Formats: sequence, structure tokens, C-alpha cells
Amino acid sequence: MINTLTSKALQGDQRSIAKLITIVENDTSDATDAMKQIHPHTGNAHVIGITGVMGCGKSTLIYELTKKYRKQGKTVGIIAIDPTSPFSGGALLGDRIRMMELAMDEGVFIRSMGTRGMLGGLTSSVYDVVEIMDASGKDIVLVETVGVGQAEVDIIKISDTTIVVVVPGLGDSIQTLKAGIMEIADIYVVNKADRQGVEQTVAEVQSLVEIECSNKERKTPIIETIAKESKHIDTLVETIDEHKQFLKETKKLEQQRRNRYESELVEIIRKKLMSYVFNEEKFKETIEDLLQKIRSKEIDPHTASELILKKIMKT
Amino acid sequence: MINMERKIRILIAKPGLDGHDRGAKIVARALRDAGMEVIYTGLHQTPAMIVEAAIQEDVDVIGLSLLSGAHMTLFVDVADMLKEKGMEDVLLLGGGIIPEADIPKLHEKGIAGVFGPGTTTEDIVEFVKKNVK
Amino acid sequence: MFEKETIDKIKKNKEDWEKEIYEPLINKHPERKKDFENLSAIKIDKLYTPLDIKNDNYPEDIGFPGSYPFLRGIHSTMHRGRLWTMRQFAGFGSAEETNQRYKYLLEHGETGLSVAFDYPTLYGYDSDHPLARGEFGKCGVAISSLKDMELLFKDIPIDDVTTSMTINGPAAIVWAFYIANAENRGISKGLIGGTIQNDILKEYIAQKSYIFPPEPSMRLIVDTFEYGFKHVPRWNTISISGYHIREAGSTAVQELAFTLGDGLEYVRAAMKRGLDIDKFAPRLSFFFNAHNDLFEEIAKYRAARRIWAREMKKLGAKKERSLLMRFHTQTAGCSLSAQQPEINIVRVTIQALAAVLGGTQSLHTNSMDEALALPSEKAVRIALRTQQIIAEESGVTHTIDPLGGSYYVEWLTDKMEEETYRYFDRVEKLGGVIPAIEKGFFQREIAEAAYKYQKEIDGHTRTIVGVNEYKTDEPVDIPILKMDEKGESRQIKRLNDLRKNRDQRKLDTLLEKLRKAAEGDENLMPFILDCVHQYATLGEICQVFRDVYGEYREPSLY
Repeated sequence: MINTLTSKALQGDQRSIAKLITIVENDTSDATDAMKQIHPHTGNAHVIGITGVMGCGKSTLIYELTKKYRKQGKTVGIIAIDPTSPFSGGALLGDRIRMMELAMDEGVFIRSMGTRGMLGGLTSSVYDVVEIMDASGKDIVLVETVGVGQAEVDIIKISDTTIVVVVPGLGDSIQTLKAGIMEIADIYVVNKADRQGVEQTVAEVQSLVEIECSNKERKTPIIETIAKESKHIDTLVETIDEHKQFLKETKKLEQQRRNRYESELVEIIRKKLMSYVFNEEKFKETIEDLLQKIRSKEIDPHTASELILKKIMKT
Repeated sequence: MINMERKIRILIAKPGLDGHDRGAKIVARALRDAGMEVIYTGLHQTPAMIVEAAIQEDVDVIGLSLLSGAHMTLFVDVADMLKEKGMEDVLLLGGGIIPEADIPKLHEKGIAGVFGPGTTTEDIVEFVKKNVK
Repeated sequence: MFEKETIDKIKKNKEDWEKEIYEPLINKHPERKKDFENLSAIKIDKLYTPLDIKNDNYPEDIGFPGSYPFLRGIHSTMHRGRLWTMRQFAGFGSAEETNQRYKYLLEHGETGLSVAFDYPTLYGYDSDHPLARGEFGKCGVAISSLKDMELLFKDIPIDDVTTSMTINGPAAIVWAFYIANAENRGISKGLIGGTIQNDILKEYIAQKSYIFPPEPSMRLIVDTFEYGFKHVPRWNTISISGYHIREAGSTAVQELAFTLGDGLEYVRAAMKRGLDIDKFAPRLSFFFNAHNDLFEEIAKYRAARRIWAREMKKLGAKKERSLLMRFHTQTAGCSLSAQQPEINIVRVTIQALAAVLGGTQSLHTNSMDEALALPSEKAVRIALRTQQIIAEESGVTHTIDPLGGSYYVEWLTDKMEEETYRYFDRVEKLGGVIPAIEKGFFQREIAEAAYKYQKEIDGHTRTIVGVNEYKTDEPVDIPILKMDEKGESRQIKRLNDLRKNRDQRKLDTLLEKLRKAAEGDENLMPFILDCVHQYATLGEICQVFRDVYGEYREPSLY
């Protein structure tokens, strides 16, 4: 069954792609089999990560980018990630709202995902979904995350090109934005460039670029767009292409991909390990027991973890 | 500890021209609070757009919200399309202003649950949990 | 209002009363709830006294009806001079059917007409548009052309009775249908009176029947203001609405704050174009909800009058007529139950009473079956009788602003005003109304309030009689309105005939002229009227605007 699904997905069948994504998200035993068959077919798609705070117009930007790529005859996969509630485990995935008509184009596939991860970052399944879209023949894979939690910084690990979107007049100056987010950009987009304060925002980003790129080969470009009026999207597409070329020529693409696989490996191992330790029947009693002992101060958490690891090594 | 349970994925959609989204948004939030992944399509969806989204998102449940009286056309269109695509394992629900007299016909056509005014959010959550395939 | 000595005495007496009489009792028999909150989550105290009235400079803060700040009423005679207009919102199926309903309502004593349109019409689609599938006539009347408007008002004296039309995206066009129909009947547009809702900001916020993006929509609205005061002086070219904001789940305070905020935004937009505020302001009107909390609603209307008058003065209005907050009220649809529908009559009565005591100029009372369907004849008759009983039998209209001076109501009026200004500040900090809309501010506030309310109902901390408490198993047995099944095919045939029989070449020229004008900045009303007189359909004119302005899509979930 899984083999049929995978081969159909590789041929671009939507239903199969969708079902395969569900399988890797739920991390069933089929997931490993599926990814075994998928992975060899990856490497073609240009993976573009787009992040920025709520209200910066990411979804509109993605909509416009997708339209442009479709005009160029390229097929597009879109992964829209929203945070999973750490309390309920549920998620409200609302990014599709702006893209509903887009999905009627058979060259566009949109999937909404919750972060589902304990740490709020991108789980290993996002990597898998990127691979599935890549392997199924998409030329471009756009990954969108909202600017909360760790996900926005994690996106650099997955993407070939990371775009950070800001808007003028957010109330916060760029300086106060979450540490790390501004440093991950391969391209800065100042969207809603018709708003008041755009010059100041661009200036702030520019001074950041000056500092960040003072001894780097490439100065991060800053593109002003008005996504809802489809303005300057062409420039953005060109800039993304230039970055892709840059990555190829400087062989940085390989480095990037290596980083991606390393992060993915870490995530998969972490997930599998955690699942093993906390869900396997044979460990449950041990864990409960150790937790009691930690509580009553008989043992400390570090010693407890060593005991667990020893037990794993033995199995 | 780590929640490795399968998540129920549910599409909440507003077919047709009806713009009353108070209920749809409340239901979406309640389902999220019950641990489900809720994809909200927004307003003015055609049955084709809804089914397309259901395919790509591989949802377990579709919830249609409509208060304009056009349910016999639009809910049935969605149900028929799902049947055509062999997606009858997707649980199809409808909510809004739906006269009692229309409910048996909707059930016949494949809409498994119909939720009118006075429904609690718990009613819907329970129904989904109990009937999702 | 009271001298300091008296206030001090009251204060002491209150403290004594609390210590010696009140507390001993609640220690033995506690109150039913820990806190009594109204629907805006404002804590309501057990008793209000002169101590609670902050704005107690009677001449300046409270004043007299018909003079600034209009707290007690916009006219000096109010309902003693003229009862509110009894204006029942109605419309379903095809124009012929609705025409019958209008005649029925007029026969039974309604004093103004109010048109409900179906969804395709609200969105500017003709009845035979693919997106109209299944929606024809379901929640209002289908109007696709001047011909339909002619049938809608056949044999109805529109020179004698005013008509309110609940239409927003295509408001200018539907207004043009009405004007053209009057002109064809030999009635000068200088004489016709009525209202178009034409309030696009609340569409983005709550009702969601927008078509075009904000900028061109505002342009169209200001065009109607200008055309109105120049050519149709008895017409209210906007009904700035809170009803829908409330229906979407907002609190009373939010309804008040967001509505007045929208209103001021329209005034600024018109002034930006260079229109004289004292020319267009007298024709701005408002539309509020009447929900369950009797006193909160009354306080809301009073606060609205005072805030509007003050803010309009600040914006430079000099004429008194520019300061008047004239409003229509509708009882809250969202408060009606599908269960035990007869009890809705009671709800509507309380709500209608609030509107009357609050000084409304016009009132629609919901019918008991409206949680289930559009009103049947019997149900709408009872709704009308509700207003008539209040008017004729209850005695509340013997005096103006009867609740003025109530310590509770004056306190609550002041409190709601305070909360409203707090919202004004927040919106200003976000950059104004339109940036706040783009940021989803209003939508989020409303969704939060709606969710909280639902959770209270689900959790039984808020009782809705018949729904989560005092339930019965009795099946609901009331007659439901049935529509004419042949209505849709009749309408489509009418549309086809219309398209065949008109001068298409002449129309095409006029539509082209309209397109050019839409791209420029001339007032669009004359161009629209020209097309309408040539029997352009609603869909055809809206398509021109769709092509030039594009369509608006909601930005995000909240």
C-alpha cells in the first residue's frame, strides 16, 4: 500500500501526496518506508522560507510569488505553518484563506501544518513534507511560518533561500525584533512599502545589513514591495534567482543542504528517541518511578537521565 | 508526555455568499481547544474549492457553515463531489440555519450531522470525536 | 448637582447602611452571584446614588433635549412630537412577492419601508450569475435591474413613505435604481426620502458583504454624500451601523465605540475631499442593535448622542443639524432562540422598550420565528403590534428621556462613554480605523467577545432561557414562511427579456463612460444613473467596478 502511494505521489497525484504527508506527520511506521523511497528523488526544488511577524503580509506575498512562478511555468508547493497550542495540542491553520483560489490551479499544492513540536520549532515532519513536494516534481517549495516561537528561526535550516518580511510602522523598531530573526535573512522584504515610515524601516534594515555583512561575500539585498498591489514582485523573483545562482556558484548550496540534513537528522533522532523513552511500555514504569524519586529528592534529573540512557543502550 | 496521537484534521468552510462567520470562527476555536488541527477556508467558497482543499489537506472532517438558506444546494453539491472523488470516509457536517424539515434529506445525501442554533461547542466536539473514521 | 454638604451626608449614610443593614443581610443570605456583570463585562453595583454621578453639571453634561449635548434626545419633543417610525425590515424571493409583503405591512400600520436584499444582490451579482446558485431570494429580495425595482414598489406611494435599503457594496447602484424608478414615476428626486446603509467599514469588520477594497469603496460613499446633499436632499446617504458588529458577537461598548469610530472616519474622508461638513453631516444616520440588557442599551444610545455631538463639534461642525445622532434600531437577531420560539416575543418586547426609552427615531422588531426562517405574516404582525402596544398602551412616551436622572443610568452612560474613548485611543495608536481593520483589531476584539459569550453559555454560567435552561422536548410547531418556487425562473426570464429588449449599443457606450469615470475622480452617481436608465443590470455595473477596482479578500483569520 505504501509503495503504491509513494509511486503515485512521485508522479504528482495530489491525493497521494496529501495522504503521504499525513503519514509522515503522524510518524507511523510507514513513514520510514515512504521517505526511503522519496528521498532519492529530491534535490531539484528550490526551497524558499518566508517568515515575519503577524500582519506583515506574508500570505499575500506568497500568493503573488506563486502567481509569478506559475506564469513562468513553474509548479509550486506551499507549506503554511502555524503554531500548535502547547495546552490543547490543537492548531488554527488560517493561512489558506488568502490562497483558496490559487489551489484550484493544478500546478499549485498547498498544505497547512501545525508546528506540533514540543519546543515550538519545526518538527522533522516539515523536512519530510518539503522532500515529498520536491520529489513529486514541484519546482518551487515555499515554506511560510508565523513569527512566533522558534519556528521562524528554524526555517533557515530547511530553506535554500530565507526571506524575512518586515513592514513599516509596526511600532517596534527592527532592533527590538526577536533576537536571531533578522540575522537569518538571505533577502529582506519591506512589504506595505506605501505605508508611512517606510524610509525609516528601510534605513534600519540597511544599517543592520552593513553590520551583519561587513565581512561577508554577499550583501543581503533589501526589496520594497506592495504585495496587495502586486508591485515589485518581479524584482523579488529575480533576487531569489540571483541568490540561487550565488548558492550554486559558491558551492554554498551544498553546505546549506548539508546543514538541512544535519538538522533533520537531529530532529528525527530526537523525535524517535523521545517517543521510545516516553511511549514504550517497558519504559513507562521506569520513567514514573524515576520521576517519583526525583520529586522526593532521592535522585537528581541528571543521574536519572543517565540511568535511562544506559537502559536504552542495553536494549 | 509527547503527544504522538494522531491529530484530527478538520476543514471549516463557508460555502456560497453568506458572510456570517461568527459561528464558524467559534467552532474553529473550540475544535482547536479540543486538540484538533483546524483549517479555516474563509468566506465565499465554491464546493469545488472546498473539496480541493479537503484533498490537499487530507482532512478527516469537513464542517460547512451556512446561514443564508442555500444549504440544500451547496451542502449537497459538496456531498456529491466527495462521493464522486471516492472521499466518503470524510465525515461531513453542516451547521447554521437549517429548518428541521430539511435535515432528513441532508442526512440522506451524506451530511452526517446537522447543528442548528442552540448547539453547544461540546456537542460538536463530541460528535466529531465519536464519528470520525 | 448636590451641595458638598449633602454629598458628604449621603456618603456617610451609605457607609452606615452598608455596615449596618446590607452586610448583615448578605452574611446570612448571600447574593445570588459573586459579581453582577453586564454584557460588556462592566461590574454593576448593588445600588447607585447621587454619589455615582460624575458628570453632574446638569446644564453642560446632561442638558435638554434638542440642544447640545443632546444626551436626553435630539429633538425637543421626541416621541411626544412624533412616534418613531415603525419600519420592519422585509424582503424575500422575487420583487412581486416582497411587494405584497410591503403592502401587508403598510396595511397593518408600519410607517416606513425597509428592504432586505438577497445575497447575490448584496454582492452585486445578477440572479443568473453562477455564484448566485442556490441563493436566489433566500434571505432577501432579488433585485438585478431597474425593472425589478419598479415591481418592488408597484402601487406603493414612495413620495409619501420613506424607504430604507440595507445594501452596502453596491449601494450607489441600488440607490440609483430607486431614484430612477421615482423619476420614471414622475416623482422628483428632491422629494424622495429614505436611507441607504452604505457603510462599508463595518462590512470589513463584521457583516462581510464587501465587494471592492477600502479606498474605492470610500470614494463611492463620498460620491453618494455629495450627490445626496446636492440632488436628493431628503435622503440619508449612510446608516452608520453597529447592529452587525453586535450580531457578530461584540459587547455593547464595542458596538458603541466601533460604530462612532467608523462614523468619524466617514466624516474625515468627506472633509478630505473638500466637502463642507455642515452640508453632508445632517444626512448621516446611524443604526444600532437593541440587545437584552435593558439599561445598558438605554445608556448606550444616550452616550452615543453625547459623544457624537461633541466629536462633530470638534471636527468643526457649526450647524446644530450636523450634531444630531439620528438612529434606527433593530432588536437583536442573535438573541433569538430556535427553541420555544414564542418566548422570542418577550425578548423582542424588552429590547424594543430599550430602544424607545433610548430615544430611537426608527425601529424594527424581530419576529419570533426568525431563528428558523424569514418571518411569516402572523409573526411579523405580532412584531409590529409589539411596537404599537409600547407606543399606545405603555405610557413611556408621555415624557422625554424618562430614565434621565436615574443614578444607575446616568452612571452607566458616563461609564460607557469612558470605555468608548478608551477604544478611540487604542484605534488611534494603531494608526486609525482602516489600518486597524487591516491589522484585524476589530475583528479580533469581536471574535474574543463572541467566544467568551459562547463559553459562558456552554458552561452554564450564562442562562439562555429555553436553550441551556428551562428546556422542553416539545417539537417546534410554528408556521414557516414558504416562498414561491417559480420566483427564480420568473426572475431569470425577466433578466433575459430585459437584456434582449434594451438598446445594447447605447448601454455599452454608457458603461464605457462609467469605466473611464471610475478610473478618474468625477462623481460616479450621474454615470451610474445613466446606465441604470438604460436598464443596465446590477451585475453589469458592478463588473465595471470589479474590473477597475478589484475585489477585496479578507486578510486573515482574525
